[in-house]
Amino acid sequence: MILALIGFFSGMIGGMGIGGGAILIPALVILHGIEQQEAQGVNLVVFLPVALTALVIHHKKENIEFAYAKPIIFIGLIGSIIGSFLAMKIDSSSLGKYFGFFLLFIGIYELFQKKE
Amino acid sequence: MDKKKIKLLAIGIGTGLINGLFGSGGGTIVVPSLVFIMGIDDYKAHATAISIILPLSIISTIIYLTKGSIPFNIVVPVTIGGVLGSYLGAKLLNKIPINILRKIFGVVIVYTAIRMIFK
Repeated sequence: MILALIGFFSGMIGGMGIGGGAILIPALVILHGIEQQEAQGVNLVVFLPVALTALVIHHKKENIEFAYAKPIIFIGLIGSIIGSFLAMKIDSSSLGKYFGFFLLFIGIYELFQKKE
Repeated sequence: MDKKKIKLLAIGIGTGLINGLFGSGGGTIVVPSLVFIMGIDDYKAHATAISIILPLSIISTIIYLTKGSIPFNIVVPVTIGGVLGSYLGAKLLNKIPINILRKIFGVVIVYTAIRMIFK
């Protein structure tokens, strides 16, 4: 039940376009005590059905700029493969710390960015 | 190669590396990059970002899966909760003051980050 609730709240934040992974991954690590890599793996899977639904809706509304997306996806796949293998190599507690620094950067950005 | 292409490739490698390394965060990189570097409208940047992050996340999922880093007993309940939450979040999007929520989110994230760093 606690896992479904963690999923629910991070999904709600994600659905608002703020960044569900920033909530889900630390919640799984801190509240549920799983390894950093496993929490990241869960986040990747949870994102798939939601993203697929959103993609269909956005495609119908013709909001997707494929001319920009194509080259980013092409090189991004290579980056993803390198990044994923790196994540599998690093020990869990170090990866958690690096993730923490990345989160800190995101948090500070959210606090200081000005939007309309 | 023209400047625009180089910019797109740089955004791609950064987004892919982060999304693979942290299993998240691709959108955090690619949305502001599309808006501030490429000058795309905000709502189009969000839509385009999903078309980018989805294939990147699929390839990362496959690698995580082969290395045994996807615990299915956790994935199932979190995904059920996550799908319902996402639906509600998208519905609430225009009904709540999102800027205040962003600031609260920022504070929570900074606190969580410090806990993760000094754990």
